[in-house]
Amino acid sequence: MSGRIISSLPGDHRQAEHWQVDTRQADVWASLRRVMDPELDESVVDLNFVTRAEVDGSNHVHIEFRLPTYWCAANFSFLMADDMRRAVGTLDWVTGVSVVLGEHMYADTINAGLARGLSFQETFGGEADGDLEELRRTFLVKAFQRRQVALLNHLTGTGHSPQTLTALTLFELRGLPVDDEGGRLRQRYLERRDVVAAARDEMPAFVDAAGLPLSAERFTAYVSGLRRVCVNAEFNGALCRGLLSVRFDLETPFVPKARASA
Amino acid sequence: MYRTAAGDEIFVIDGHTHFWDGSPANQKNIHGKQFIDCFYAYHANLSPPSEKWEKEKFEKYDAKTMFDDLFVSGYDDMAILQPTYLTDFYKNGFNTTERNAAMKKSHPDRFILNGAFDPRDGSKGLEDLHALAEKYKLQGVKLYTAEWRGESKGYKLSDKDSYKYIEAAQKLGIKNIHVHKGPTIIPLNRDAFDVADIDDVATSFQDLNFIVEHCGLPRLDDFCWIATQETNVYAGIAVALPFIHSRPGYFAHVMSELLFWLGPDKILYGSDYGIWTPKWLIDKFMAFEIPEDLTKETGSVLTLENKTKILGLNAARLYGIDVEAQKKKIRAGGGYAHLSQPVPA
Repeated sequence: MSGRIISSLPGDHRQAEHWQVDTRQADVWASLRRVMDPELDESVVDLNFVTRAEVDGSNHVHIEFRLPTYWCAANFSFLMADDMRRAVGTLDWVTGVSVVLGEHMYADTINAGLARGLSFQETFGGEADGDLEELRRTFLVKAFQRRQVALLNHLTGTGHSPQTLTALTLFELRGLPVDDEGGRLRQRYLERRDVVAAARDEMPAFVDAAGLPLSAERFTAYVSGLRRVCVNAEFNGALCRGLLSVRFDLETPFVPKARASA
Repeated sequence: MYRTAAGDEIFVIDGHTHFWDGSPANQKNIHGKQFIDCFYAYHANLSPPSEKWEKEKFEKYDAKTMFDDLFVSGYDDMAILQPTYLTDFYKNGFNTTERNAAMKKSHPDRFILNGAFDPRDGSKGLEDLHALAEKYKLQGVKLYTAEWRGESKGYKLSDKDSYKYIEAAQKLGIKNIHVHKGPTIIPLNRDAFDVADIDDVATSFQDLNFIVEHCGLPRLDDFCWIATQETNVYAGIAVALPFIHSRPGYFAHVMSELLFWLGPDKILYGSDYGIWTPKWLIDKFMAFEIPEDLTKETGSVLTLENKTKILGLNAARLYGIDVEAQKKKIRAGGGYAHLSQPVPA
C-alpha cells in the first residue's frame, strides 16, 4: 500500500527510513497473511478481517481487526487475535504488538485481556471452562482434512492412481512433478501434515486424522467420507464473507426496492 | 398452496417463522441494535436484490404484511411460529410466545404456535412452562442452547436441569423440540454449535421429535452423523435454503448430504420469515434439481415426491395435521380465493 511515494521525498536519508518502514510493514502483512480463521481455514487478511497494521517509530506494531458479526464466537475471536500477536511477534525487529478487536459484543473484555497478555481462560475467568488448545486442535485437524482432500482430488484428476498416491513417502510427494495448482495445494497440505502425525521424509505422505496410512483399497471411500467436512467449510466461508460485506459495505451499496424499480 | 404446471397441489407448512419487533423503540441496549442488524445482514446478503426490504420494514412488520407474505403472495398454507425471547436485549422481548399468540388468534387455521423454555430458569421456569403449555396447548417448543444468560454462556440438552424440563414438556403433551443449532448467537465456552447433546436426549426421549434447526450448520458434518443414528432427529433447512439463490452449488451439496444421511422423511422446510420470504424460496426450490454428478455420488434426488414431503408432509406428520381436512378449512375460510384469480401481469 505505502512506499510508492519514495521518489517524491527529499534526501537519501528520508528515503532509506521510509523504505525501511515500508519493508517492515510488508513483513507484518506477510505474517498476518499466514494467520488463519480457524474455522474457515482462510487467511484473516484474505477474509478482509484486518483493517489496520501499522508500525510506529519504536517498532511497535498496532493491529486492528473486525469480524462478520457482532456475535462471532468469543473463543474464535480470541484465538485469531492471539495468533496474530504470536505471528507478528516472531519478527525479530518487533518490540511489541497490540491487537484490538472492533465492534464485537465482547470487544472490551477481549481487548483488555489481549492488552494484558492474558490467556482466554484468564480473560473470561469463570465464564470459560478450559483453554483453547483443544478447540485449536479440532480445527487444525479439519483444516488438514480439507487440504488433503483438495490435493488428493487434484492428483487423482491429473492421472495419479490411488495405488501410487498411497505408496508415496513425504520425500517423494515433495519431489512429485505437479502443475502450479498442484504445487499450491501440496504446499498447503504439507503445512498441516504434521498436525496428525510425525512428518519425516520417510513417512507416508498421506495419512488419516488418526495418523494411519491410507490404503489403496479404501481410498475412494475415505475421500468421499471427507466430502461433508469440505461442504460444511465452504458453506461457512460463503456465509462469513457475505455477512462481512453487508456489515461493512464492501460491495455496491444496496438500492431499496422502491427506488430500484422507479 | 403451491400448484405445479401439471396441476399438482402441494400443501406447504413453513416450519420456521417469526413475528418480531426489533425496532429502535423496543431495543433495550446496543445488543438489541446489533442483533437485528445481524439478521438484516443475513437478509440483505442472501436475498435476491428484488426481494430486499428497507431496514425499517425489516425491523418491525405488521401482522397483515406477514399474513400476505406467507399466505397470499407466498405459498405457505400453514406456518409454525417459533419464539425468540431475548428479553435482555428488547424491552418487550423480540418475538415472544405472547406476541406470536396474537397472530395465531387472528388466524387459527393458519398458525401453529410454539413455546419456549430455558432450563436455567429453575422451578419458576417449570411453572411458567406449565402455564404456557396449558394456555396455548403447545405441541412444540423452540430452544436456544447457545443463549447467554447472566454468568451462564449456554447449556446443553444433556444437562440435569434440561432433562427435568424435557420430562415436564413431555408430560404436558409437547412432542416436538426444535433446537437452534445454527450460525452463531453468542456462544463462548461451551461449543453451542455442538450437536452431541442432541444425540444424548434423542436416545433418552424416544417419543419426542428433535428438529435441529439450520441442520447443525456450521457443523453439518457432525450433525449428519448423529441424525443418521437416531430415528427421531430431523433437520430444519431454514438458513440453508436461501443459499439456493446465491450459492446453488453449496445448497445442492447440503441437500444431497441431508437426503443421503437422513432421507426425505426427516427434512423440514422453513423460511425463517421475516429474514426471507416463502415466495421466492419455494419458486426456486420447486425448480431446483441436484446436479447429476452429485446424484451419482450420493444417490440423492429431489423428486416431486421428496419436495412434497419436505415442504409440508413431514411437518404435518409431526404436528398431527390432517392435510385434506386442513385444506377444506382453509378453503372454507376463503384462504385460497387468490389462487382462482388471474395472475396479475
